[in-house]
Parts: sequence; C-alpha cells; structure tokens
Amino acid sequence: MIKFLNPSYVFKLSGKLLNLFKAFLLPIVVVGLIFSLFLSPEDYIQGDTVRIMYIHVPSAWISLLSFAAISFFCILNFLFKLKNVTLIYKSLAPIGLTFNIIAIVTGSIWGQPTWGTWWAWDARLTSMLVLMFFYITFIFSYKFINNPDRSIKACTLISVLGLINLIIIKYSVEWWSTLHQPSSISLTRETTVHFSMLIPLGLMLFALIMYVAVIFLMKYRIETIRIKRKGIRKL
Amino acid sequence: MLLKKVKIRLSILLTLSAISVFLIFLVFKVLEDNVLYFYSPSEIKNTNDIDLNKKIRVGGMVKKGSIQSNETEIKFVVTDLSNEIIVSYSGTVPALFAEGKGVVAEGKLRDKKFFIAKRILAKHDENYMPPELRGNSNKDAK
Repeated sequence: MIKFLNPSYVFKLSGKLLNLFKAFLLPIVVVGLIFSLFLSPEDYIQGDTVRIMYIHVPSAWISLLSFAAISFFCILNFLFKLKNVTLIYKSLAPIGLTFNIIAIVTGSIWGQPTWGTWWAWDARLTSMLVLMFFYITFIFSYKFINNPDRSIKACTLISVLGLINLIIIKYSVEWWSTLHQPSSISLTRETTVHFSMLIPLGLMLFALIMYVAVIFLMKYRIETIRIKRKGIRKL
Repeated sequence: MLLKKVKIRLSILLTLSAISVFLIFLVFKVLEDNVLYFYSPSEIKNTNDIDLNKKIRVGGMVKKGSIQSNETEIKFVVTDLSNEIIVSYSGTVPALFAEGKGVVAEGKLRDKKFFIAKRILAKHDENYMPPELRGNSNKDAK
C-alpha cells in the first residue's frame, strides 16, 4: 500500500500504462467512428441524428463517473489526509468538466432537430448544468484557495453536495416528468437500444475512456513533476 | 480501529451529508410543481385551482387518428391513456411530431379539456432501432 502510493513508483508505473493506452487509443477511435458514422443504421424516427447519441451518452456517463471518482478521492483525503490523492482529483476534474460540457452541447445539438428546442429547463438538463457548476467550483476551490486545509474542506463540501446531485441526475427522469427521455440502458431493465446501435455506443464509450485515461495520466505526470520540482515537502 | 481524529472527521462528514440531504429535500419540496416539466392530462383534471392565464405545459401521447389540420391551425388530442385533452396550435410542428408519439405542448388552458398551445415540442422515447424493425417493435411497445 505504501509502495503503491509512493509518487516515484506511481510515476514509473503511469509511464508504462500511458504507452499502453496510447497504443490502444487511435485504432479504437478509428473503429468506433467507422461504426458510429457509417456501419450503424439510421434510427427509425430520428434518422441520422441518432449518431449524436454515440458521443453524447458516453460523455454524460464519463462526466458522472469522474465526478463520483473525484468526490471519492476528495473525501478520502479529507478523512485520512492522504495527500497523494490530491493529484488524482486535480488531474481528473478538468477532464470531467470537459465531458460534462460535451454532453450538454451535443445534447443541445440533438435536441434542436428532435424536440424542436435547444434547451429546456427540465430536471435532467438543469441538474446536468448544476453538475457543471459543481465541477467549476470544485476546480476553483483547489486552484484559488492556497491554504491546503481549507481547500480540502471546500472540496469536500462540494463533493458531498455534488454526490447528491449525481443521484438527482440519475433519477431525475424517473421522479419527475421531463422532456429528456428515460434511460435506455439499465442494469435492471431490458435495454431499449437495438443491438446494431449498441456496438458503436460501446466502442465509442471504450474509445472515450481510453482518451480519458491518456489525458489523465499525462496530467497526473505533469502534476507530479511540478511537485518534485517544488520539493516534496510542499506536497 | 480508526484514529480519534479520523472519527471526528467522519462524524463531521456524516452530519454534513445528512444536513445537505435534508436541505436539498426541502428545496425540492418548495419547488415541487416547478420541477415537473409538464403536466399530464390526468394531473390537470385532478387540479382544482387552475390559473387560466398562467403559461403551463401539457405532455402525453398524441392520440392515434386525432390530428386534424387546416391552413391556420392543427388540432390533436393529448392522452395519458386515462384522460385526454384537446390541443389547438397554429405554427410549424417539429419533425418528430406524429400520432402515437410523445409530445409536450406549451401554452395556456382555455378550460380543463381544451389547451391553446404557443409551442409544440416532440418528446422522444427511450427506444432506438433501425427502420426495418419499426413494424414489430411498435406492437411490443404499445
């Protein structure tokens, strides 16, 4: 455990992982795009607009998962003062924010031809926008609060509120009437996406996760180098 | 075997979470109706104090065979399978607006059975499939 948390050991390991993910990234993106843009069928009612889903849905999932992850690590840091994990959430938060914005923008582009509006103040869309503000305040609270103790407290507060928001996002389409459709893919119910459309969705999810992994490791390594140059005591 | 400090922090965290959940619950309790994006025809039927001048949204399914249109307006019936409401609208409808599909109409009620829409939004359901499967899947869905 101690060895695993040692920054130099993690640095070496992350270098190896980075090369592995980099090798995967390009082929999987190419295959994913070929499937989602050419090989998958049109939807029976939306036509080609359905292809937006292949980027929208994985982005939304990633933004939710990464918020859950940064909250987890932030709370871990708050409880046990594991300073090494600050690097993890500092590296992950901007990626999560990016995918949150991608989900909102692609959703908006999809909404215009499908619903007939770019934006609706329904529970799902609004709670996703709230998640964006949580991401922004989270990033601000470690970037602009210089006192580490205070910064962790602020981050923890945002994490707790944000985790509640994640639950609201998840169940918003079931608890309230929304313009956004209910989930098509669920662990408990039957999937309502046809198999031929699940292939590109799965491939794009895998491609985006690879992309997240590559960007995350690069950022993580940069943060490590930055701290090493400052001197490990300031960590 | 937690350290005392960790125990204190854990209790702070749990208290914080409990308070947040409670506060957020209160916020949603206050907002209540505003969180709903639209009302179903049944909800409108069961409400007693309806403000006819307030802009509201009605949502449901466009009843099959109910769309009538002429040059100036389009009329259709929105149903939630137990209650219905007639919607009148003049303007262009979204491409996905169709019989048997979800719809959200924005506008004002004239009375509990008649709604004058200023805007029509199509509601897409959670089903995604290629065109050739359309026939048999519709039977499953409804």
